[in-house]
Parts: sequence; C-alpha cells; structure tokens
Amino acid sequence: QMHFLLLFSRQGKLRLQKWFLPLPERERKKIIKDMTTMVLARKPRTCNFLHWRDLKIVYKRYASLYFCCGLENQDNELLALEILHRYVELLDKYFGNVCELDIIFNFEKAYFILDEFLMGGEIQETSKQSIVKSIEASDMLQEMSMAFEGGRQTVFKSFL
Amino acid sequence: MPAVSKGDGMRGLAVFISDIRNCKSKEAEIKRINKELANIRSKFKGDKALDGYSKKKYVCKLLFIFLLGHDIDFGHMEAVNLLSSNKYTEKQIGYLFISVLVNSNSELIRLINNAIKNDLSSRNPTFMCLALHCIANVGSREMAEAFAGEIPRILVAGDTMDSVKQSAALCLLRLYKTSPDLVLMGEWTSRVVHLLNDQHMGVVTAAISLITCLSQKNPDEFKTCVSLAVSRLSRIVSSASTDLQDYTYYFVPAPWLSCKLLRLLQCYPPPEDGAVKGRLVECLETILNKAQEPPKSKKVQHSNAKNAILFEAISLIIHYDSEPNLLVRACNQLGQFLQHRETNLRYLALESMCTLASSEFSHEAVKTHIETVINALKTERDVSVRQRAADLLYAMCDRSNAKQIVAEMLSYLDTADYSIREEMVLKVAILAEKYAVDYSWYVDTILNLIRIAGDYVSEEVWYRVIQIVINRDDVQGYAAKTVFEALQAPACHENMVKVGGYILGEFGNLIAGDPRSSPLVQFNLLHSKFHLCSVPTRALLLSAYIKFINLFPETKSTIQEVLRSDSQIRNSDVELQQRAVEYLKLSSIASTDVLATVLEEMPPFPERESSILAKLKKKKGPGAVSVNELEEGKREGGELNGGGERGGDNSAIAASNASTPSPSADLLGLRTGLPVSAAPPSAGSLLVDVFSEAGVNDDGFLRDLEPPTESSDSLLAEGPGDSDSTPPPPPSVVSEEPAPPLPESDELLNKFVCKNNGVLFENQLLQIGIKSEYRQNLGRMYLFYGNKTSVQFLTFTTTVTCPGELQSHILHIYTCIIQLNVQAKPVEPLIEGGAQVQQVINIESLTDFCDAPLLNIKFRYGGALQNLTLKLPVTINKFFQPTEMASHDFFQRWKQLSQPQQEAQKIFKANNAMDTEVLKAKLLGLGMALLENVDPNPENFVCAGVIQSKAQQVGSLLRLEPNAHAQMYRLTVRSSKDTVSKRLCELLAEQF
Repeated sequence: QMHFLLLFSRQGKLRLQKWFLPLPERERKKIIKDMTTMVLARKPRTCNFLHWRDLKIVYKRYASLYFCCGLENQDNELLALEILHRYVELLDKYFGNVCELDIIFNFEKAYFILDEFLMGGEIQETSKQSIVKSIEASDMLQEMSMAFEGGRQTVFKSFL
Repeated sequence: MPAVSKGDGMRGLAVFISDIRNCKSKEAEIKRINKELANIRSKFKGDKALDGYSKKKYVCKLLFIFLLGHDIDFGHMEAVNLLSSNKYTEKQIGYLFISVLVNSNSELIRLINNAIKNDLSSRNPTFMCLALHCIANVGSREMAEAFAGEIPRILVAGDTMDSVKQSAALCLLRLYKTSPDLVLMGEWTSRVVHLLNDQHMGVVTAAISLITCLSQKNPDEFKTCVSLAVSRLSRIVSSASTDLQDYTYYFVPAPWLSCKLLRLLQCYPPPEDGAVKGRLVECLETILNKAQEPPKSKKVQHSNAKNAILFEAISLIIHYDSEPNLLVRACNQLGQFLQHRETNLRYLALESMCTLASSEFSHEAVKTHIETVINALKTERDVSVRQRAADLLYAMCDRSNAKQIVAEMLSYLDTADYSIREEMVLKVAILAEKYAVDYSWYVDTILNLIRIAGDYVSEEVWYRVIQIVINRDDVQGYAAKTVFEALQAPACHENMVKVGGYILGEFGNLIAGDPRSSPLVQFNLLHSKFHLCSVPTRALLLSAYIKFINLFPETKSTIQEVLRSDSQIRNSDVELQQRAVEYLKLSSIASTDVLATVLEEMPPFPERESSILAKLKKKKGPGAVSVNELEEGKREGGELNGGGERGGDNSAIAASNASTPSPSADLLGLRTGLPVSAAPPSAGSLLVDVFSEAGVNDDGFLRDLEPPTESSDSLLAEGPGDSDSTPPPPPSVVSEEPAPPLPESDELLNKFVCKNNGVLFENQLLQIGIKSEYRQNLGRMYLFYGNKTSVQFLTFTTTVTCPGELQSHILHIYTCIIQLNVQAKPVEPLIEGGAQVQQVINIESLTDFCDAPLLNIKFRYGGALQNLTLKLPVTINKFFQPTEMASHDFFQRWKQLSQPQQEAQKIFKANNAMDTEVLKAKLLGLGMALLENVDPNPENFVCAGVIQSKAQQVGSLLRLEPNAHAQMYRLTVRSSKDTVSKRLCELLAEQF
C-alpha cells in the first residue's frame, strides 16, 4: 500500500501532496522536507529506490517535476515506478503535453485524476481508457443540474 | 481534450495563483495570502448569501493556500455546504476540501456524514464514487461507524456499477484498516472472494487488495481464494499481449493484477490440491521463461512491468521455500540481474537475493555470486546499491566465506559512506563473533573495527569483545598483547582505550614478562591517554589502576601517587573523585589477601544460547539445522552470546562490601527484606560497573540487527521459570473465593502510573492509602487501611496474587513464567473503628510484565462479609532507571530500535489541559529521564530509561508529541522488547 505521493519541482517546491494514511500535520511536513532533500540530492543515473525509516521510497523525475511515493516493505518497487508513469500518462492525456504549470494552475484536477486512479493507496483502475472516460464524464457533468424527482436525472448541459 | 475543461471558469482562482507566483519574496507571498484570507473571511461572514460558484471558488482558494503550507482554520462549514450542492463541480470541490483538511469537529462530521449518506443512496454512480472517495480519504473511526455496514452491501449488490464496486472495495479496505472491529465480513465473505472471478478486470484489481488484506487477518475464512487466484493468474499469464486490451500495459498483460495475485498467494502455504499446485508451478515457470525471451518493446515501461511480475513470482517462490528447482532458477535469474546495466535491477536483485540466501535450497547458489557482490560493494556509484550489496554479503556469510567477507567489509569501511558506517560496524562485529573459529582473528577484527571506525563502534560492540576475552582463557594473552600494541599508536580512539584499560587491568600480567611491556610500561601507556578521555573512560581507567596494584605490587606507589594527586582526589566530577578516594584507601588499608579477593579476575559471563542460533532454529524448525552445526553453535555461540548480564558475581559482592557504599546505594534499605541471592550488584560496586556505567542497552546487541521479518524476541528475552519464588500461601481466614477485580480497578491503577503515593481506593467503609518506593528491580509498598466507620472490622485479611502465579497453579508450573515476586507481610486481623493499620509489601520484578498484582481484601463489618479486589499499582515503569543521554546518542539508539515490533505508537486525544509543566511532571513521575534539547521540536518531549528486572534490562525510549491545535498527542515508545513498548504505550496513553 502506498502511504503518500508527492510531486515537487527541482527547486523543491511542492506541487501536489496526497496522503493515504492519516498523519499529523507536523509529520507530513517532516516527510515532505526529508523527501525533497533526499531525492533532490540524488545524482543522475542512480537507482530510483531508497530506504527511509521503514518505508521504501520510489521516485522518478519527469522534466522539471519529481514524482515520489512511499511504499510499505513488501510492496513492489518496479510496479510503483509504473504507477507513477501511468499517472503521468493520465495527466498528459488530460492536459495534452502536460507541464508543471498545468498542475500548478489546475491542482484540483490533478487531485481528481489521481482519485480516479488510486484510492487509499491502492490501485483502483489501471485502464487508461476507463479513467480518462470517467474524468471526461465528470467534466461533462459540470453543469449538470440535478432533478431528483422520481430518481431521474434530467438535463445534461455542457459548460461551453 | 478541449482546453475548456481545465479551468472551468474559476478565473479568480487563476488570477490568485498567478499573483502568488509573481511574489518576489516570501514576505510578499504571505502578505498577499493574508489579504486573500481577509477577503474570503469577510465574504463568508458577510450578510449577502454567497452563490454556489463563489463558495466553490473561495473554498478552492483556501485549499490552494493550505497546500502552499499555510494553516487554514475556517471554511470547513462552507465546504460542507458545497457537498449538498446540486452542481457536480461544487460538490467535487467540497469533497476535495473535506478530504484534504479533515476536521474532527463532531458537528461538522455529522453534517459530512449526512451528505455522504445522501450521495451513497443517490444511485448516481459518480456521486457514489465521490462519497466513497471521501470516506476512504478521511477514513476516521466515526466514518467507519457510520458506513462500515453499508459499504459491503454496495460492493456485492448485483446492480452496482463496476466503477462503484471498485471504489467500494477499496473504501472498505481503508475502513477495515482503521477499524477492523467494525467491518464484519461474515455473510459477505464468499461473495467478496468471488469478485476474483469478475469479468471486469478493474473490479478484480480493486477487489484483490481488499481480499489480500482480509486473508492476512483471517486466512481460514478466505482460503477459497487460493484456487480462484491461481486460475485467474494462469489465464493472464497464458494470454497473448493483446487479449486484455486496455489492461495490457506496454505489451505486458495486466501487470498490476498479476502482481497482486502473486502477493495474495503469499498469504498462504503452497496449495494442497495437486492440480492447483501444478497449475501454479506452471505459471511460475512461464514467468521465469518469459524473462529469457527477447523484449517486445525497448521501452523501460515494458521491462519494468515484466520484471515487476518476475520479482513478485520470485518472492512467492521464496515464500514457499519448497521447490528447489524454482529456487535455483530464481537465483540464477537474479544472478543475471546482478550485472544488468539497469541500476534499478541490480538494486532489486541484491535485495531479493538477501532473502534467497536464507533458504537452505538456494544458499549455496547465492554464494556463487560472492565475487560479483563484492565487486558491487566496491564499484557501484550509488550508495543505496552499495548498501544492498553490504546487506547481501552479510546474508550470504557462513563459516566457509566469513574471513573473506569480513575482510572485504572491513576494507570497505574505510571509504564507506558515513550514513551506513554504524550498521556496517555492527554487521562486521556480528559476523566476526558468529563465525570465529580462532579467537585471535575475532580480537583482531574488532580492534581493527575500532581503529578504522571507532566513532561508529557502539558500546555493545566493545562490551562484547571484553566479555569474550574474559570467557576464553586461550585468547587472553593474545588480546593483552594486541591491545598493548594498538595503544602504542599516537592517536588511538577512546574506545580502544576502554578496551585496552579493561583488558590490561585483567590480563596485563600475561604480557608483563616481556620488558617492553613491563607493568610500569603498561601503566604509563594507559595513563598517557588518561587526560584525553571522557569521564566514563577515566573512571574505567581508575578501576584498571587499582587492578594493577593487585596484579603488580611494584606499581603500587606510582599509582597511589596518581590517585593522591589533586586532579584525581579533588576532581570536580563526583564519580572520579569517589573512585580515587576509595581506591586509594583500599590500596593502603587492605591486606594483600583482601586485595587479591576483592580485585580478583572477573569470573566468566554466564553462558547462554546464541540468540542468532535460537532464531535460526525457530525459523526453520529443529530438523533443519544439522546436529553438528547446533553443537558447534552452542559451543561457540553459546559462550559468545552471553548477553550483558552478570550473575553469581562473587567479586562484585565482595567489592561492594569492601568499598564504602556510594551515595546512591541502598538508601531505602530495600534489600534487607529479600533473599541475598536476589540482590543485584549494587551501584556502589565500583569494580564491576563498567558494564552498567552507560548501561542503557545491555541486552545483547545481536538483536538489533536481526532481519525484521520475525519477532526479535529470542530465547534470551524470556524470564526464568523460577517456581521457588512463589510466596507462601496466605492465611485463609475467610473461605470465600476472592471477588473479581472491581470494574474501576484499572482506572485506579492508571492514577498511579506517574506517582507513587496517594489514596488508592475509598468507599463508605474503607480507605486505602499507598506509599511506595522503587529502586532498580525492587520495590516496597506501604498500604494503609483506614476504617472510616466507628465499628470494628473483624477477620481483616488481605491477599496479594500475581496473575502469572494464579495461572501456574492451574496449568503446568513449568510453562508459566513468574514475572513478579510479591511478598506481603500479614496485617492485623482487627481494625478498630477510626483506626488505621499498615501493611508492607515487597516486590521484586523478575522479568517484564503486563498485569498488575491483585490485592484482595476481606473483612466482616457488622456481620456482613466484605470482599473486594483491586489492582495494586505496580506497573512496569516503576522499575525504570532514568538514563541521561545526548541528542546524538538518543537518535542513534532510536534508529537501532527500528524494527516494527519494537515500536508502539498511539495517537490519542488530550484528556486534560495540555500544560507543559504538568506534562513534564508526569513524565518525570514515570521514572524515565526527560531529555532536554534532544528533539528538534521544542514542544515535543523525549525520555530515556532502562527497565530493571532480575532477568534483564530493557532500554526504552519515548517520544511524546503534543498537538495543541488538535488537542491530540502522538506517543511513540521504542524498546528492545516489543511487549514492553506495547505495555508502556498503553499505560501512558491514559495519563494525559
């Protein structure tokens, strides 16, 4: 099970934080600090795995952003790398050539996409098509007005 | 994807984000944020009702500010309002805010739960998923209480959409992890297991995480999943890469699901059904075969996904540990990876091989890669890979290659990264000890360790070398000669001085014949280091000097002169001054015979079975280790692994009698009431206390490094089955059975965890007061029984029993371990009205314990029999000895106690005001040392102490983190024994 997922820039600016276990705020800050310093200090072409406390840390750099997650001891590091990659693919598919700015300005979307993919630190859906479909569907729903009489939903109205 | 979907019109948010990004300084950013916060606050407070869009925008801004790292203390209510919005995005942002900024305000939670309830019953899959996500994100106990019953129904209902099933499965898993007691699978079990057969791969992928977790906890109820998992796996493994459509990832069919299936199978032993097993072995072989096939894509994603499955399959093969053929194939495959150009694969291969090395089938196969691994240790550019290489060398070490591996590790230590040196030192020390055939090699290795990495040699390591030298007379002369030579170096490490001082003090005579190491030369050599050393080392050297006076009468006058000098006898350090005074006096008054007795050579340390060997046996069953190896291990390991215990120590007692009691010795006079054999060496016995001086962690450093897969509770940790210490049966005046403990007895007990005196119990008739005092593993308790009435209490009797002892009468005496020895003096059978009687209870802690002794009181009041049972407030922390230590030492020890079971943690709500002074007083009352300036956060408290019992000493560290904002504490306890951590944590969680 994944404990957390962090996205931060090469300058150490946090872009996204997702905690799959309840942790006090102070502990979160400590983790963020440790992860950014540890990962940013790694030299190029070193391996993507680290040990930290009793967690396995898996990270990978995509352009200016580092994707970094903490796993339990029995979890599979290679698969975690591909979880990160799949998330990048999903962001890319949604934003089209995703870049750091997209994530800064649409941070809530980045969270929603992640929620479709992972839940409680476990994989919910691996199919790119299914995930993208449900995100598109919720974009469509943006202006859906709800009429619950008789349990029927009525009007779909695309926002633009 | 249309560009519009990104912004959905929250222009204000985009503007705000750009503003923040344009801030030139942190101050400017804070200013801008404060302005925005003020604005939002006024909007929320304003009279004009906000429309949904504005609410959403402001809530989203608050979220952004929070994610920047600022505190947000309002907006929760507005976010909750959004939950019931009929616009999807408003609802979505509301849920996101709630999930990120969980608030424990109960009124809010009620509202949130209501909104969730509505969405769950809306039958709108998108809303249901949002609600389920929120439950999983928050995952609190309250949510579990509200929804744990509903979610399984959603999960297995026939008409639930697939996407909702996926969310429901993982949501349930999350709740199960928070509150397993609330998630009752019972009737759902078989339908949940059958989700493995679901047509929708996404549903299977989500459900299997839940099933795996449930199987770990209730393997029997879920065991039907094994055959289902095998057939599902077999279908995936044999499918073509295109069969699974979008579940194929870079030409690898369903890698996530495959890995999860393999992981699920690791919860169970190999399938018993031959056909199932055959099918599974076939799958595993196919996976191994595929590794040899040329890749279908050059992309790293392809090889990662493929190898992820391969590594998971290897884990399963290792878990079964029963198929030699597969084990050897796995080992060969990993061997290939050891030289792979991908650093990640080299890293994982090293890691995985560590576990293979412990299997009897593959140990030899792993050993063939020794040169590659040594090469990795020397040449890998990445420190994390080097560390794995060191781990593997440690794991593959046995008698045949120990010398080579130890030599390689020693030479690597010279250049090793600072971050891993300490661990390397411990590993070298353990290997050297475990596989020492000739002890001069062992001594050389440890001295080399001190020379190369003295700063990283913890005290356990140098304690061990001394224990071993003392126990083996064939190495003593060599050791004396070697340390003498080592001390000649112009700059030698203080640890070397410690070892040198101790060994020359004991065995200097063995090399005194050589004029180059005559007694005076030895003394001068030691004394030349004296002024460079810290106080504890100086204290040790002083003890070595007095031993010299006994060994070499010709050095007496020189040494007396040293002791007499102002820098010793008037030293500002009490310990040094006292030693100087006492040793000087001892050497001048005592006759040679007395001196010879008092300063006799240390007796051997008691033999104990090696904790490593015990673990090996436990892991593999007695048959797996050959008799030869066992005997060998017993002979060598036995002597070597004596642990830091000193028992039956004549010279210790003699010394403590001869020397003036130190200020701390026996002030309470506790020892007089107990048999002599129970008396531990007094703190005043100066000659033998090199081990207790800094003795935080005497209980065997070998345990610190055992792999964390199993409990570190070795045989060493068990207490003595000492049936002699059962107290005599109490006088039975009233024949009625003792009453069960009062319901409030636990609460009463908790009141005394941090204090020793007070009123334990009071009702209309009787008041019981307590005074108690503890020292080391002994305690004395005075109970005052006060008759509050004007009438006599007749046939007043009290009985004290320990839970363990009660069991021992019913079950077999030999299997029960008595943890506490409690002796109560009888009380007067009659208490006049208004009078008070006193009872004395002596307590000796034999090993660590959880249950408090029970005190049963019976008496007649106006003809009616009163019968009540209380818990005597004897808790494990009473036997704490505080340990002062510096920040560095604290964290070092903290790190050493990093196995999961050594730590116990609790997060709990504050029951009282969070006043720093009160907290401090409580922690001091607990008996540990409260360490200042250790935790980087000044609001946290850290403590250290050693729990004393007759059988062992358990070092414990504690960290208490108050969160004033949330009115919560987080308490973490680490100690060398898991039961102790757990118990301390339980006790303390009730105190704040």
